[in-house]
Amino acid sequence: MTHTDKTPFILLGALVVLLALGPFLPKWLFLLTMSLGKGLVVLGLVVLLRTGLVSFGQGLYYCVGAYAVGSLSQFASVKNALLLLLAGTVVAAILATILGFLLANYRGIFFAMLTLAFSMIVYGLLVKTSALGSTDGFNVAPASLLGKVISGQGNQYPMFALACIVAFVAAVLTNSYLWTALGQLSSAIRDNEIRVEYMGASVRSAIHTKYVLAGALAGLGGAVTALTIGHIDPEMAYWTTSGEFVFVAILGGTGSVIAPFLGAIIFEFIRTYAYQYSPNTWQLVLGTAMLLVIIFLPAGLWSVFARLRRRA
Amino acid sequence: MNEFLAVLVDGLIYSSWLFVIALGLTLIYGVMKILNMAHGSFYALGAYAAASMVGYWLNHGHAAMASYGVLVVAAVLVGLIAGPLVERGLRFMYGRDEMVLLLVTYALFLILEDVIKLIWGVNPYFVSEPYGLLGTLDFAGLTYPYYNLILIGVAVLAGGAVTLVLQYTRQGKLLLAVIHDREVSVAMGINVSRFYLVTFTIGTALAAIGGAVTAPTVSVVPGMGVEVIVLAFAVVVIGGLGSLQGAALGALIVGLVRSAAVHYLPQVELFCIYTVMALVLIFRPKGLFAAADVRKI
Amino acid sequence: MQMQGNTSHVIRALSFTFCLVLILILVVTPTVAQQPVRVGVVTFLSGAAAGPFGVPAKQAAEVVVEALNSGGKVPGYPLKGLNGAPIELVFVDEAGGTTKQVTEYRNLAQRVDLIIGYISSGDCLAVAPVADELKKLTIFFDCGTPRVFEDASYKYLFRTGATATMDNVAAALYLADAKPGLKKVAGINQNYAWGQDSWNDFIAAMKVLKTNVEVATAQWPQLLSGQYGAEISALLSSGADVVHSSFWGGDMEALVLQASPRGLFKKSTVVLTCGETGMYKLGNQVPDGTIISARGPFDMYAPDTELNRWFRKAYMDKFGGVPPSYPSYKMAQALLGLKSAWEKAKAKSPADVDKVIASFEHLSFEGPGGKVTMGLGKGHQAVQGMVIGTVKHEGSNVTYVNIKHYPADKVTPPDGVKAEDWIKSGFKK
Repeated sequence: MTHTDKTPFILLGALVVLLALGPFLPKWLFLLTMSLGKGLVVLGLVVLLRTGLVSFGQGLYYCVGAYAVGSLSQFASVKNALLLLLAGTVVAAILATILGFLLANYRGIFFAMLTLAFSMIVYGLLVKTSALGSTDGFNVAPASLLGKVISGQGNQYPMFALACIVAFVAAVLTNSYLWTALGQLSSAIRDNEIRVEYMGASVRSAIHTKYVLAGALAGLGGAVTALTIGHIDPEMAYWTTSGEFVFVAILGGTGSVIAPFLGAIIFEFIRTYAYQYSPNTWQLVLGTAMLLVIIFLPAGLWSVFARLRRRA
Repeated sequence: MNEFLAVLVDGLIYSSWLFVIALGLTLIYGVMKILNMAHGSFYALGAYAAASMVGYWLNHGHAAMASYGVLVVAAVLVGLIAGPLVERGLRFMYGRDEMVLLLVTYALFLILEDVIKLIWGVNPYFVSEPYGLLGTLDFAGLTYPYYNLILIGVAVLAGGAVTLVLQYTRQGKLLLAVIHDREVSVAMGINVSRFYLVTFTIGTALAAIGGAVTAPTVSVVPGMGVEVIVLAFAVVVIGGLGSLQGAALGALIVGLVRSAAVHYLPQVELFCIYTVMALVLIFRPKGLFAAADVRKI
Repeated sequence: MQMQGNTSHVIRALSFTFCLVLILILVVTPTVAQQPVRVGVVTFLSGAAAGPFGVPAKQAAEVVVEALNSGGKVPGYPLKGLNGAPIELVFVDEAGGTTKQVTEYRNLAQRVDLIIGYISSGDCLAVAPVADELKKLTIFFDCGTPRVFEDASYKYLFRTGATATMDNVAAALYLADAKPGLKKVAGINQNYAWGQDSWNDFIAAMKVLKTNVEVATAQWPQLLSGQYGAEISALLSSGADVVHSSFWGGDMEALVLQASPRGLFKKSTVVLTCGETGMYKLGNQVPDGTIISARGPFDMYAPDTELNRWFRKAYMDKFGGVPPSYPSYKMAQALLGLKSAWEKAKAKSPADVDKVIASFEHLSFEGPGGKVTMGLGKGHQAVQGMVIGTVKHEGSNVTYVNIKHYPADKVTPPDGVKAEDWIKSGFKK
């Protein structure tokens, strides 16, 4: 009996609902677009988490993707949004391929700290580069698609729609990857690497591939964020940014490719409301919310949905 | 020559500071396999508690020389109060994935940041009298306050004390057994829960001592714990998780490299610690003094 | 029965008329008594910048708005609130990074009529284009980077505080005067945009004023590092005549605490361009001869006007005797600038924002630090004079001697010229 994976259909349904409801929720569009950008980075993290690897340096690719978009738009006057997004993804993927050769040898906390070290080194390089504005960064010029300007003007819907479609495509592709033999190796590698090697698969190249995928997704997320926010700065590569992604990954859970987006949306909402209603103690609120989720929902928020579906 | 000596002394002072902070972290990891991100908060708590207690002590006209003792007492109090409280809370999470515990401690760190802000407010606290009290020493053409040099002594003392306890006391040897294999230790009748409690308390107290000892040299402000977390983690990872000698050597390397950078090439100071960490991990993937890993097939 | 009916008719008619009049009064009065103007204030409420900058600014906003809403309390500003409309403040924490701040700005814009805020230059640069996108009147009160109005022009954005260029140019002018024989200059600045820009402006100005000046060492510790032992050793052995530092808050205080027992302040003249905020608590530890700037005519350098006297008293009365520091002054300046523009435009509600903008451009108004003129950035960027002095202890009091005032045009580039270029050209007018 073959397993029918319902995820692409759920994703399609979500896409349609979001695109349809979008015009009626103008106040939420910005927050949702930001969440989708964050969700993309977290999606890559989830791929790594399934393999038992926690990367504390996804901020590196997030930042590189954003800076690629910013630089092309500011210095090379590239305005096409799709081209910019593609550039961000590709540059991040190339960097991930290079660093992946080294990183694929590490596991556990050392993998985490080495990724952190690389992202902090790039942070340092950007801080020293006054041509790119050092820690102040610089603004990203508005991008356009099909002849119309989609970012940096009052209407949030075009950018939101683009982000939805991009997130949908990325999620569907990642989901397909995770259902392939190489993708399924993730949990096998996490459980016992040596047996996987005995089986004849190469753990190293599997991890390298996943790392490149995670890097590319983070770069795409960074590109989306750069276009939405309209500003980039080196703080995107700081370890606290990466830490936030890790937190959202745990919050959402690793059960499905939908989980990262869910986690990102909920995290953004909690943080915004914490800022609004307790400007003096938002860290307390956020930390408590985190604790509650970790204690009561150890498999992340997605586990709630998974349980409901199984019951149905 | 003078410049070289200055690099050495500055490096040693910074290394000692790093070591005192990293010691507690590596101890807790070694025994409990928890990477405590709230370590920075305990450091900050120690600094604030020291600032308040020493401030109170000096304002009531007590002996200034005794303020050093008050610093230590403040730190130990923080350890004794915060340590068991937090450990009891973490008890529910034992057995879970390392990364989940890391996130729990991160959540704790966020909460403690605001708790500190609620108790002490956002204004800076000063408790600089102990810093200048011991006078200064002229060495290598420069002036160094004795306080900084005593910091080196504190580091050596702390490291030595912990090592001695672990190697030569009965409790210490039992702790080594727990570090080595928790399950067998429980089977042999060792009260592992109590050891965890004691270790966590000592680790917290060490972090607080780091903060208390730093307080007279800075203005105690919110957010002072954040920078310390990454430094402590880097030193611990460089040295090899759970290894005391590793933490010492890691702190020494980072301190000396940073000091050399500051004196000869200040623009690269920003990269120092991360480059050292990356280089060490490239050549020794599990840190300098990595414990042998048992592979289960 | 008829008689009673008639009387009750009359009574009913009278009471009906009475009720009608009452309702009319209740309905009409709110439209006559004005709706409050909701002002969002964004400043640091957590983290290292809260103590020295964010909270003093917040407190100043509270003091000024309270006085304005009561009417007749603020010297020179007799009307209540904003042309009669009471001001309501909504505070938002500026912490969390630029990406977060842009999100929060958009959220805030939905809830308030206009926004005042932003201390961090990164946040200012990121928020600037969004102000025009959302057509929300926004006033930057503190951030220092000149790039805001150098890189682009905006309609809805104003900055009522001068840029940081003047801090460092004035410091260079002051030193050229006070230490004519100086040869070697050293710097210790935080390694991020603020520190880098401050140092670059300072050394460029120094090189114009004294062509043979050489850099003995430039130290770049990380922001919020707090441990400056090695850096201080390097500064001591560099033999510099002057040490420049744009350190702020806890870092500046740590530098003073760590450097003074080691004799740095005796060996070199130290210039602290952001020093004023630490002087209240740490003044006793700052040695004689240290040059302190308050980023403008604020606090101890403020002119002795009725407005300044009122502001200081009101702030100190409300906050336990602690005097207002420069962020407090700059926030007061922003609010009073807004009020001046609002009343000059005779605005009746936030819908009159275009009129307010027209009045705000090229406006001159009085703040507790003296006169402010919106003279740059096509009328959107304020200019002010600069004041610098040297610390001298008299008994247990901290006083300032050799105070020099620099008019705005001596320390600020003319409109349309970038600060960097202006300095390098030798301060061409």
